[in-house]
Amino acid sequence: MKKPIIEIKDVKKHFGNIIALNGISMDLYPGEVMCLLGDNGAGKSTLIKTLAGVHPKSSGTYKVDGKDVVDPTPETLLNAGIATVYQDLSTIPLMSISRNFFLGREYEIEKKWGPFKRLDFKKANKIAFDAMKEIGINIREASQAVGTLSGGERQCLAIAKAVHFGAKVLILDEPTSALGVAQSSMVLKYILQARANNLAVIFITHNVYHAYAVGDRFTILNRGQTLGTFNKDEVTTADLQEKMAGGKVIQDLSQELGEDSKNL
Amino acid sequence: MTDERLSAEPFFSRFFKKPEFTSVVGVVGVFLVFFAIADDAMFNLEGVLSWTEQAALIGILAVGACLLMIGGEFDLSVGSMIGFSGMVMAIMTVEYGVPAWISIISAFIISCSLGFLNGYIVVKTKLPSFIVTLASLFILRGLTVAISRMLTNQTLVGGVTEASEGDWLASLFGGEAFTGLFLYLADLGIIEKFADGTPVVTGIKMLLVWWIGLTIIGIVILRLTKYGNWIYATGGDEQASKNMGVPTDKVKIMLFMATAFCATVFAACQVFDYGSADAQRGLLKEFEAIIAVVMGGALLTGGYGTVIGACLGALIFGIVNIGISYTAIDSDWFRVFLGMMLLGAVMLSNSVRKKIMRS
Repeated sequence: MKKPIIEIKDVKKHFGNIIALNGISMDLYPGEVMCLLGDNGAGKSTLIKTLAGVHPKSSGTYKVDGKDVVDPTPETLLNAGIATVYQDLSTIPLMSISRNFFLGREYEIEKKWGPFKRLDFKKANKIAFDAMKEIGINIREASQAVGTLSGGERQCLAIAKAVHFGAKVLILDEPTSALGVAQSSMVLKYILQARANNLAVIFITHNVYHAYAVGDRFTILNRGQTLGTFNKDEVTTADLQEKMAGGKVIQDLSQELGEDSKNL
Repeated sequence: MTDERLSAEPFFSRFFKKPEFTSVVGVVGVFLVFFAIADDAMFNLEGVLSWTEQAALIGILAVGACLLMIGGEFDLSVGSMIGFSGMVMAIMTVEYGVPAWISIISAFIISCSLGFLNGYIVVKTKLPSFIVTLASLFILRGLTVAISRMLTNQTLVGGVTEASEGDWLASLFGGEAFTGLFLYLADLGIIEKFADGTPVVTGIKMLLVWWIGLTIIGIVILRLTKYGNWIYATGGDEQASKNMGVPTDKVKIMLFMATAFCATVFAACQVFDYGSADAQRGLLKEFEAIIAVVMGGALLTGGYGTVIGACLGALIFGIVNIGISYTAIDSDWFRVFLGMMLLGAVMLSNSVRKKIMRS
């Protein structure tokens, strides 16, 4: 029996008198993709920020690898192998690919230089170039600006970086929501590749089709609570869509818009 | 497997996209212009030293201003900081008889603390540094005038040279370097001599040495260390940098301290070179430093630029500022040219950035 890498029980988060999370429980195993679905305001981003250590939780338990997380900060969780890739906020467009790749984790390319340490860009360029090539993205050279990459390639760069630095859990915040079809499938393919390497992935999205394409389990959030976690064989995309919207809304919508809207 | 869309990049387009591009073009351009129209005296040893000194003054400030601008912030209090720390050194040395080296070190400690305060206020309040340091500009200038008048009854303190005679640290700022070499060159007849046997040019002013030294340090930090990576990242996208574990607040505070440090180097060179401090010194220097940095290809919005570019920007500034007096043009026109060059440089570097993001 595998042990969960992340386990949260009855996690609550209050901002003043606003209850953003009202008792969330979830577990995550290595080698699975857990999709976190929910409408705007369901508490998805609060939950991932809590998992990433940006917000401390108000109550409940949060365990990584069976151990309680005390005093979470983004740094401690990153060091524990939990890497979060935020939509649009995980790369710096004006900086080169290799500088981005090692940003905040420069120790690997630091070289002794008298009493100082300098960065070894030859090594950095090679590692970044190879990492990008491995996921099927051909770049001219690792010293070109990230701004020249497409949105999907930037997401992949951020994920590749997390994987390279030993992430055990990837938290992906809407990695496909701003992307076109081909770009999205590039990211989805990479998610499957990460899963095959026994990483655990939390995939946050609005898009049930993207979720269904790669997910093993689906947790639905609604108004700060979970509406349950479902295995892939228990649900269809239509079920997920309905649950995500709280059931009722889509029915009303289909009455108003006619049958076609069911396939929204 | 290669992507057919990735054609090899021609050399010129590669060069065009370097941040230094605008400044290299500018330096070559002003050289050509002044070669054509200026008196030959501009390019003999004395002439060269006079405009490199001017470039060095701006260049010392430009190193700090450049790093800070790449980090996404401005420091408008640089000029006031020059007046303030110069006055600290002069009053301590002349009025209170403190050894010059203690006065200098004290001035550095005080100015770096003020730089820390600037940075701390900016990162804690999240107010634009433009406004915060505009306030410091007035506060520091006012303090300099008020305190010097309170303690000495005047706003100009002289007699520094006599009071700092033989001081080891003072000579690192006010003295000249390579005097032996220049004497040797004069003996060889390469440099002209006055009638009494002293060379026309006795050495290189220390401020030139400081300019070169600070520029090299700046280049190394920015290009080769992780701190350089953090500076680019902080100015490029602060939130993303935070997400990736970059201590952006610390980076910014350090950069404000660096600009204060550079301002104090400038002040020390002036005080020990001229032998006096004036409460009005350094007026408008913050803008001149920013002009040099922008002409060097840095973006006002942060995240892009190089120290070598800023250094070349300072060189352009020095050449035009001093060179104009070697031409038939009245030097009243200097500011007109400066403003036009600034505008041209900004438009050029703006198009460069667009090109980088598109390629």
